[in-house]
Amino acid sequence: MALSEKQIPMSVQVGDTLPERELTPDNVQLFLYNAALWNAHRIHFDEPYAREVEGYPGLVIAGPMLGDWLNQCVEEWLGDNGRLVSIEYSNRAASYIGETLVSGGSVIEVDPASGAVRIDVFIRNAAGEVVTPGVATAVLDT
Amino acid sequence: MTNLLSDELLATIGRQSTPHRELVTRRDIRKYAIATGNRQRKYLDGDQAPPMFHVALFWDVVELDELTPDGVSIDSLLPKFPLERAMAGGLKIDYFKPVYPGDWLTATRTLTNIYEKHGRSGPLIFYEVDMQIVNDAGEPVIREQTTRILR
Repeated sequence: MALSEKQIPMSVQVGDTLPERELTPDNVQLFLYNAALWNAHRIHFDEPYAREVEGYPGLVIAGPMLGDWLNQCVEEWLGDNGRLVSIEYSNRAASYIGETLVSGGSVIEVDPASGAVRIDVFIRNAAGEVVTPGVATAVLDT
Repeated sequence: MTNLLSDELLATIGRQSTPHRELVTRRDIRKYAIATGNRQRKYLDGDQAPPMFHVALFWDVVELDELTPDGVSIDSLLPKFPLERAMAGGLKIDYFKPVYPGDWLTATRTLTNIYEKHGRSGPLIFYEVDMQIVNDAGEPVIREQTTRILR
């Protein structure tokens, strides 16, 4: 085989899906996350405030924590076969403590020459609504 | 057609924060990895920082009297906007180099854009912040571009 014909050890194809993961964050996890950041926004830990003052149905899961789970989804799928090089996402709808969320994704583009793959990623709630859509780019080891 | 954004407000585009230098520690990595439910040993043990650890590393450590009653710290990079209710935001992060305990990283934030759009439910203000994170050799480590929407 010619040197230019690099091989992707992990055979990845457009349409491949990433393993889904169920996420059930609780108050303790949300507290520790915001403490690790130094984020004192009451909507994440003061339930009477979140409900009565801000009008939320419960404690709001921090947006960047949802984003972090998209990163984890891609990295767990990659394992030692590549690296995450970029990710973009948006927090489209709020999620609350008590909800069961699912992270997952699917491959939308593969460039065999460079080993670059683009992956659609999502956090979905129990109603099937995508609350945090995103797109990640990874490079597979060639 | 701009009517919400004054020239004075638009003149803040390009405003830059003072560079902020922080030390990456194993303990902080471990806290972050555990709190986010990470399942990879290298992160849980703090041998390497997971993606998005920079969010915690560069969150402003403000004093109690600098927090508003709802527990939020004021972002001094931003001007006072005529709309204040924050809606969904978007993020794009580029990872150039892995981050390890012992690394010193410096983040500089720039307000790169402010514009308005007229949605079905009324006017919206968008603003963009670009955060460049470099190591002590000046090499790019992470770049984070944030877009936020106010209504």
